[in-house]
Amino acid sequence: MFARNGDRYFVVDAHCHFWNASPENWVKGQEQYAKGWIECFHAYMGLGPAETHWPLEKFQKYSEEDFVKDVFEDAGADHVVLQSTYLKSWYTEGFNTLERNSKLAANHPEKVIVNGRWDPREGEAGLEQLEQDAKTHKLQGAKLYTAEWYNGSRGWRLDDEMCKPFYAKCKELGITNIHVHKGPTIWPLDKDAFDPRDVDEAATDNPELNFIVEHVGLPRIEDFCFMATQEPNVYAGLAVVLGGLMHARPRFFSKVMGELLFWVGEDKMLYGSDYGIWEPKWQIEGLLDWDYPDDTYSDYPRLNQDGKRKILGLNAAKLYGIEVPKEFQLADDTAAAKEDAQLVESA
Amino acid sequence: MTTRDGVMDALAAVYDPELDEPITTLRFVSSCEVNADGDVAVALRLPTPQCAPNFAFLMAADARNVVRRLPGVRDVIVTLEDHYTGEEINAALNSGAGFTGAFPGETDDDELEALRELFLRKALVARQGRVCAALIEQGATEAGIEEMRVRDLPDGPEPRRCLELRAQLGIPVGPDAPAFVAADGAPVCADQLQRWLRMARLIATSLEANGGICRSLLQFRHGLADDPEEVRR
Repeated sequence: MFARNGDRYFVVDAHCHFWNASPENWVKGQEQYAKGWIECFHAYMGLGPAETHWPLEKFQKYSEEDFVKDVFEDAGADHVVLQSTYLKSWYTEGFNTLERNSKLAANHPEKVIVNGRWDPREGEAGLEQLEQDAKTHKLQGAKLYTAEWYNGSRGWRLDDEMCKPFYAKCKELGITNIHVHKGPTIWPLDKDAFDPRDVDEAATDNPELNFIVEHVGLPRIEDFCFMATQEPNVYAGLAVVLGGLMHARPRFFSKVMGELLFWVGEDKMLYGSDYGIWEPKWQIEGLLDWDYPDDTYSDYPRLNQDGKRKILGLNAAKLYGIEVPKEFQLADDTAAAKEDAQLVESA
Repeated sequence: MTTRDGVMDALAAVYDPELDEPITTLRFVSSCEVNADGDVAVALRLPTPQCAPNFAFLMAADARNVVRRLPGVRDVIVTLEDHYTGEEINAALNSGAGFTGAFPGETDDDELEALRELFLRKALVARQGRVCAALIEQGATEAGIEEMRVRDLPDGPEPRRCLELRAQLGIPVGPDAPAFVAADGAPVCADQLQRWLRMARLIATSLEANGGICRSLLQFRHGLADDPEEVRR
């Protein structure tokens, strides 16, 4: 619960990390990539307020105590979704694997949801691993990186034929939330890995799954918006939009928010801090205080307090089946929530 | 004899293909030297060491090409600084090996050109949208916009850049050609105008936001002074 100006907000941070990118975890011979990757992330931290910047050493590997203080205590997250990113070609034990995330989750089981990952190029072995991961970690979601290199392949698309068994497996295992990284990337070299249009067909063919497009396709926001506006099960993950623009480029931030509110809508936008790239507290405060800077934005939809409540937690709570305490439910939603509860009880 | 100012002027015609802004105003040129023999050395820096190698290559290659065409220039060395593929790109650039030469087996030059073209089209729609919105604000009607020809366009950097982009894309730029076109070059009709403007604004927002992040990253990494671009728009 986050308190601001006498109001209380239910917070679900739908996109955050607990990584280890310290030098002892760098793969021998690949140090320049491991170092470059984390230093690139560190530069992004520079887009937030100066008083929230960390020295590189802390940024490479922050502690569980840091996480608890920054995310749970200072930013009042009721629940967080930890995303898993392997990058094992650069980081010996992986960047933030399911195993590493699960250790944190074990200490905060009421608050932490851990997402897995899959890669269709791993075929049968990948399906087996996914099944095992789902059972061990009770997965409800997965994070996908379509631009990752693998065995000579320079990336893949969500509408590739080889993905179909994976979607079927996700449905079978109850993995309903597919977070897709569509944002700043480094590889592959020439294919347009940012292009979010492959989500279109996957979302149409799999209406039982939710597709959360992380970073809203930045720098391809327009392709994302054209697609998301047609697909009821496609959501906008706001990580990087908040952290990267709100403080550094407030007028552009307002425009991006205006476009997202117009094309995607407040019911399908999810708050994500992208911690440890940025601390969450200033991002939540900024969103709660945010409004358009002047009347040149007058033809964009407005975002009122209820809309902010949806983005900060209520939308993600629906996707992850998180029970929202009554005081945080919106008036309109209470009836629907009761119906859902009855369905669960009678099931 | 080409001077340093002459080289910088030439570099102002090199655009970041993804942002459609000159590399000079983006502050990507970190140094530029011309010696008495006409040898030119240009160093480029990007917002992060991991910026996409494809766009990095295009900017560096374009920079080399514009400088080589200047009178009195002998050798041109363009160096991409502090980039994770800098070594490969620099070697390929200065030997003329092309993008495929920099990364054999990992890419092909046709795909790179297709990507460049895609962004030229996006930039064209975004810029025309700004020009058109300003005209509507000044009282132009939808029918009037449809009737407008290239010769009716106001003068200014934005309309001029629109015509440059059209020329690069092979879209007619003669005085009787339609003033506003869709991404595929088709004229914009009055009944599609509102939707086209919405799309243009969205694309412009995407380019601006992306450019904003790039500028901020560069500024932060190199401790540069504030950059007033956001005020200008």
